Amino acid sequence: MEWFDALVQGVLLGGMYAQYALGMALMFGVMRIVNISHGDLVILLSLIGISIATAWGLGPLPVLILLVPLAVLMGWVLQKAVLNRVVGSDPLPSLIATFGLSIALQNLMLQIWSANSRSLPGHGIESQSIEIGGIYIGLLPLIVLAVATGLTWGLDLTLKRTRFGRALRAASADVEAAAMTGINPRAVYAMATAAAVGILGFAAVFQALRSTVAPADGPAQLIYAFEAVIIGGMGTVWGAFAGSMVLGISQAIGFRIDPGFGVLAGHIVFLIVLATRPQGLFGKALS
Amino acid sequence: MTAVLSTHGLLARYGDFQALYGVDIELHQGEAVALIGANGAGKSTLLRSIMGLLPVAREMVLLHGEAVGGTTTDRMVQKGVAIVPEGRRLFTGMSVEDNLRVAIDQAARMGAKGGWTLPRLHLLFPILKEKARTQVQSLSGGQQQMVAIGRALLCQPRVLLCDEISLGLAPKVIREIYAALPEIRATGTAMIVVEQDVGLARTATDRLYCMLEGRVTLTGRSAEITREQIGKAYFGAGHGVV
Repeated sequence: MEWFDALVQGVLLGGMYAQYALGMALMFGVMRIVNISHGDLVILLSLIGISIATAWGLGPLPVLILLVPLAVLMGWVLQKAVLNRVVGSDPLPSLIATFGLSIALQNLMLQIWSANSRSLPGHGIESQSIEIGGIYIGLLPLIVLAVATGLTWGLDLTLKRTRFGRALRAASADVEAAAMTGINPRAVYAMATAAAVGILGFAAVFQALRSTVAPADGPAQLIYAFEAVIIGGMGTVWGAFAGSMVLGISQAIGFRIDPGFGVLAGHIVFLIVLATRPQGLFGKALS
Repeated sequence: MTAVLSTHGLLARYGDFQALYGVDIELHQGEAVALIGANGAGKSTLLRSIMGLLPVAREMVLLHGEAVGGTTTDRMVQKGVAIVPEGRRLFTGMSVEDNLRVAIDQAARMGAKGGWTLPRLHLLFPILKEKARTQVQSLSGGQQQMVAIGRALLCQPRVLLCDEISLGLAPKVIREIYAALPEIRATGTAMIVVEQDVGLARTATDRLYCMLEGRVTLTGRSAEITREQIGKAYFGAGHGVV
């Protein structure tokens, strides 16, 4: 029972990781842009959300409604102003540019919000739980999981069925050939990064609700997102979702074994997947 | 008659290497023109320069009299120029239908008018209907070439550039693909065809240009030019034609 409980908690934790991982699946998995500032963007959005909530006395839902469009705008500006200049077949320029951006963002946040940990007041939602068959499930983690599932489903359908999705997949497969069919790759990439950071707007609100955030927390979120995408396999949105579940369950079970072992257990499972199945659980082997 | 597409003293370079030294060609309404020449003569470079894939000066390329040199590739497509690129360059990991749909999507977005639809393309290349759900990388070379041609046609071009569409294909498949060209021309689309096979190039086109080391060395009506003339222009002066 104790282990089943760990499994359930792991799936719920995986829901949170999936929200980080989806944006990464789109940028790293599909567009092959390495965005080192991914985690810092989550934290920046969380801190903005907390400030909005405090200043105007808003609950989590209005904050979410304000924060997601802001995140979309940030993503669009990020791609237009920075990433479109460094995008190409070589991943190194985007890695260096976003590494610099990551450090700049952390210092900017430190300057504005100081090093204190903060969280978003949830007006009681964070402490409610439901009992199912002797297991207590937190309402908030359940909402996080439901939202993550909905976002994954929506993103997957967008990539498969819409004009934008096809254009993005085409540009990712061969950017020059995409231009030969009339696609403006920079415009498509700007929309894709806007979507990726927009999803981080959701992650930011839930992250600030379920725990505390501080300006230096970004890199840890970045690692979880990377690990989830690699475990699941590049280029598949549901793969990133499944990868998040594997990571969440590994951490929850590791945590049951020893409270200090949880995060490390996730890293170990990630390394095992990387060593034995480098294309990821759901990725196609590179030919 | 003004040309649909023309180049004027076109210069192009890859870094320090100059690939084209002042190329003048023109293409008229509904015409098919062949571009022949040895490897490295600059045929593909010429097409890439027209498509905005290499930087060129604005007045070096005219489209319906408008200077368009150096326009971005997606804008050239919007202006009615499409290319079947060398090596096909299909979107791997996507199905045949999705590859074609990418072009349909963009034509719709840009409001391009033209007669090419998926059903009409299926009449031209029936195998594309049968293989609609197949991933492009598992098609045969000839089938892939048909997807590449279809994708370019669905951009609704008034000018179609074909780069080495017979390369690496079996003679039977080459005949099948070249059999489609008259139907494409019948829609009023003008074509430039880069072709290694001189015989094929002559029968499929009205006029031809022969290139050598970045320059046009011969031009004339495909049916009237002799093999000797082509031999000289192809290999350069001083090369004995046997």
